[in-house]
Amino acid sequence: MLRVDVYKQLGDFAVEVTFVSEGRVTGLFGSSGAGKTSLVNMIAGLLKPDRGFIAVGNEVLDDTLAGIHVPPHRRRIGYVFQDARLFPHLTVMQNLHYGRRMNGVVYDRADQDRVVALLDIGNLLARRTGQLSGGERQRVALGRALLMQPRLLLLDEPLGSLDSARKAEILPYLIRLRDEAGVPMVYVSHDPGELRQLATQVVVLQHGRVATFGDAGVLARVASAG
Amino acid sequence: MLNISPAEWTAVLLSLKVGLVATLVATPIGIAIAWLLARHHFWGKSLVDAVIYLPLVLPPVVTGYLLLLTFGRKGLVGGWLADHLGIVFAFRWTGAALACGIMSFPLLVRPIRLSIEAVDRRLEQAASTLGAAPSKVFLTVTLPLALPGILAGMVLGFAKAIGEFGATITFVSNIPGETQTISAAIYTLTQVPDGDMAALRLVAVSIVISLVALVVSEWFTRRATQRLHGI
Repeated sequence: MLRVDVYKQLGDFAVEVTFVSEGRVTGLFGSSGAGKTSLVNMIAGLLKPDRGFIAVGNEVLDDTLAGIHVPPHRRRIGYVFQDARLFPHLTVMQNLHYGRRMNGVVYDRADQDRVVALLDIGNLLARRTGQLSGGERQRVALGRALLMQPRLLLLDEPLGSLDSARKAEILPYLIRLRDEAGVPMVYVSHDPGELRQLATQVVVLQHGRVATFGDAGVLARVASAG
Repeated sequence: MLNISPAEWTAVLLSLKVGLVATLVATPIGIAIAWLLARHHFWGKSLVDAVIYLPLVLPPVVTGYLLLLTFGRKGLVGGWLADHLGIVFAFRWTGAALACGIMSFPLLVRPIRLSIEAVDRRLEQAASTLGAAPSKVFLTVTLPLALPGILAGMVLGFAKAIGEFGATITFVSNIPGETQTISAAIYTLTQVPDGDMAALRLVAVSIVISLVALVVSEWFTRRATQRLHGI
């Protein structure tokens, strides 16, 4: 369960968002500038809310009244960025195991093989990141986040920088991830099509506030209203 | 021309030793300061910045004289170090290394600072979401990505250190075998009759050392750019 109740002032723009999601995949939908990335950064701990509360399951990650702000490296929340952010000085294999090593998770060959197979990246392991295509980079970034055994996975427009052919290439992996990996996800997108295929619950953001919240059906109403 | 005499070799080797020690001691300090300047804002930052670059613009004699006043046997720091730790800088090769380290410090720090500034902070953020504490982020992401720049800074600093003259001769004088580096030896040779050939030999040696240092530094800089692109 993900509970979010935050306020953050960013220049003359404010993010003020409250929702509780039980879903396996919580979709964050909104146009660019709606505050999606700021919200995800707050869940990851990269951005500190001015006031409010964030909890995953039973663990409180932010509670400004109680003075709680768990730093990002202690949250164990996997974050897949739109631009992948693979480490250029490491090979694909070293990238995959970075989060696992930093979290002190014991090397587990079976776990590695499962993630590598799920994302179909077995032939990339020895490569340097500069030799990967955009779609490959995103798959490696996903694998890196999964191998740290996160309690929550944040995906900030992971298909945003890809053309539609590449999107179609990755989407099935994300659906498999949802159905097989058992890690709850927050999936950010401005594409209703993506969210209809993936999200079990959807938060629609507008100008930094929650406009609608519900199952994927709300996207149809947003689409017809918009 | 290439018959370098034992006395000349002594000056060359002393220069290399002084340059090496100065660079190796200055590098960790340089990395720490470069990181502070590249990544942090603090009160008095521009003053720290100015003080680091001061040796570049001050007359070297002034720097040497200030070192003599501070680190000489009767100096505030030098006296304490000699009495309590037995470390003596005045008229020793260690003093030459100190003078060279300070004079070359701006050249050492600058490429390191630039390379740390060039490290994408978004990669550091990604590392922290992957569970790396700030010190681990620095050691596993920032430092390796800045490494070619650090090596380039070390090479430049080393090249400057072995050529240092003014501050060194002012602080620790010109004692053959102890503080007479290549530059001091060349200076001495130009002051005596028939010193020209010997001076030219040392000139050739210092040109070679400087050229090698520049080529190596250039290579490291190129490597840095490639590394940041994951090639």
